[in-house]
Amino acid sequence: MKLQEFTASAHNFEECMKCTICTAYCPVVPVNPRYPGPKQAGPDGERLRLKDPYFFNQALKYCLNCKRCEVVCPSGVKVADIIQSARIKYGQEPPKLRDRMLANTDFMGRLARPFAPIVNGTTGLGVTKALLDMSFAIDKHRTFPKYSARSFEGWLGRREKEQAKYDKQVAYFHGCYVNYNYPQLGKDFVKVMNALGIGVQLLDKEKCCGVALIANGMPQKAAKNAAHNVQVLQKAVDAGLKILTTSSTCTMTIREEYPELLKVDNAAVKDSVLLATRYIWQLLESGAARLKFKENYRARIAYHTPCHLERLGWGIFSTQLLKMIPGVEFTMLDSNCCGISGTYGFKKENYEASQAIGKPLFDQIKSVHPDFVACDCETCKWQLEMSTGYTVKHPISILADALDV
Amino acid sequence: MKFDTVIIGGGLAGLTAGISLQETGRKVAIVSAGQNSMHFFSGNFEDAGPAKERTAALFAAAGVRMSALEGVLLMPMGTFRQASLTLEDVTVFPDEHVAEKALIVNFTGFHDFYGTFLAEALEKRGTTCRIRFVRLPEMEHLRLSPSEMRSVNIARAMDEHWEKVVADIRILHKDEDLILLPQVFGLKDASVLDKIRTALPARVAFIGTMPPSVPGIRTQMLLRRRFELLGGTFLMGDEVTSAALHEGVVSSITTRNLDTVRLFADHFILASGGFFSKGLVSTPTQVYEPLFGLDIDYPEDRNAWYDADFFADQPYMDYGVRTDAQLHAMKDGEPMKNLFAVGSVLGNTRREDYGTAAGLAIRTAFAVADIIKGGNV
Repeated sequence: MKLQEFTASAHNFEECMKCTICTAYCPVVPVNPRYPGPKQAGPDGERLRLKDPYFFNQALKYCLNCKRCEVVCPSGVKVADIIQSARIKYGQEPPKLRDRMLANTDFMGRLARPFAPIVNGTTGLGVTKALLDMSFAIDKHRTFPKYSARSFEGWLGRREKEQAKYDKQVAYFHGCYVNYNYPQLGKDFVKVMNALGIGVQLLDKEKCCGVALIANGMPQKAAKNAAHNVQVLQKAVDAGLKILTTSSTCTMTIREEYPELLKVDNAAVKDSVLLATRYIWQLLESGAARLKFKENYRARIAYHTPCHLERLGWGIFSTQLLKMIPGVEFTMLDSNCCGISGTYGFKKENYEASQAIGKPLFDQIKSVHPDFVACDCETCKWQLEMSTGYTVKHPISILADALDV
Repeated sequence: MKFDTVIIGGGLAGLTAGISLQETGRKVAIVSAGQNSMHFFSGNFEDAGPAKERTAALFAAAGVRMSALEGVLLMPMGTFRQASLTLEDVTVFPDEHVAEKALIVNFTGFHDFYGTFLAEALEKRGTTCRIRFVRLPEMEHLRLSPSEMRSVNIARAMDEHWEKVVADIRILHKDEDLILLPQVFGLKDASVLDKIRTALPARVAFIGTMPPSVPGIRTQMLLRRRFELLGGTFLMGDEVTSAALHEGVVSSITTRNLDTVRLFADHFILASGGFFSKGLVSTPTQVYEPLFGLDIDYPEDRNAWYDADFFADQPYMDYGVRTDAQLHAMKDGEPMKNLFAVGSVLGNTRREDYGTAAGLAIRTAFAVADIIKGGNV
């Protein structure tokens, strides 16, 4: 008799035995008294919500969805999934215009790109910041990420033939950040892959992974994007390609959130969507490829594991790659959330909490005093650069810098 | 991914073995499916026996101070236990008459510390007790949601505001020679404990709370940090899904997160814990070890697994993985060549050799680390 099969609960919430370990590791609890904590917001609250949706608590919006509760849970309860699912199911507050702006990363990117010099020049100005703060409640301490005048898609598109020459090929899910804000990371990725003898292709028109849409109360739109992305990923899989990524959050969203939160079936593509660091590490480890590094490369690097990479459990690939570079002095930073959590920290009402959450990490970076910080996440990069003054580089960009080509 | 040793389980046994091996420069990975029973730790290493000094040294290098005083401990519900090796948070008394007069201080609204039980137990042994409550404006927010008035949340507030509580206690204190406080201090930094002891006008004893255990969490964090500083790889929140076995040898294991990237090692140590940690699983019809299907002795008659008296020693607590004398795990009656079992996954099967509970965890962990280091496998 397999009793357990018949007693499985959504996101394992019945497995919770109230040990409070999740609350002990939640980064929001110590800084935001309005947040009831993951145990209360998750499995405890779920019991009440199942009884009557009346018990849905608007304070669930303070959850960062950092997934740290899931990483530490000894009972395998998907605490953050319970909380986010409840927001999707019961959340009544329609997203504000500000939230729509923050959430639609690709739309905003397309809108801003043709005017990048003007937009970038303006968003940095005190008067614009004050205006955004007053009219949209986007905190004035934040600087909007810079937009690139040319998209990464355009850049790689122009190199289609050149990339097709390589025998081995991979597809690249670049995400909104590489496309609109920081094409250099995509270029670094292409440089490293080419050095490994691999050409890079675009997908057949990817859309934003949807993580910011989920966080800002637009799950239907996120599910639409997810369904579209699974389709274009499937095309790449059918063509025998792995799909590599450089964003830990996009990767976690596509692999984990699509089926868990958005109910979009990704089973046929999930195993083919991999972080580039994992793919490269495996290539090097198996001896199938080699990288030649500059002899005089020297760097003191402190590495920060983003929350979603921690959830994926793949931080080890980034750290192993960095340690592989001759001349690198490596320090592993303690496991802490930086506090930005995508669009969360941009909101005026979250600014103080966001900075308080990140403080232990900021302090540690300052005390380690590295040449620069390494991290796989774009929004951690903004947060850490703004809050510590240290440059933050993606492990792929560091590899690209250290390559002797 | 290749390591010298892969340890399954990141609790007390897994970390002790991991640090001990990593100290001699071996390449070790620990796979930890969530946090562990260190979060429920009383602070007393029961049955540490002959491993006392060695444990204290290993922990001291990680920044965990211990004492090995003879005497008794006052437990959270007012019972007493023999002290073995204890964390510095725990006070060891020469005997059960702990003081002439004791002041028991609790936080208003904190339901995981039982002042009345303590007072009742102490009064019986000739100690006059007074219970008082303190409250801080800095903690009022915790009371918004009564279920969050828990030891760790208070401890976080105390990391910042302990001096204010000390000031309040100084006002409450009259002529008592002992002040009892819940263990909610020094989550990040244990040096606060000494500062509080110095700042109060009587002897201070920190008494355990209901879980989670603040000293346990701090100890876990320090041990993990030490393991990683020594170069160990700690895979948090990952779990083993399958193992490749061939003729009594484990060649690799697969984890949920790393899937196709298997973990290879010369030796594997199973430190996955007991029933609580799912290192052992029971169903209505069987008791089993879920990762390798190792041998466990238990009676077929399910009624014999437990005693209807809830507080009696429960027979199922004795069930655990069978091993040979060198702690090689047994499968189908044969010892595995490179798989060892340590800690609670053994149940009470090795009580005579290694004791039980925390003592079992550290003593078996040291024993296996020594065997691996000696190359005598």
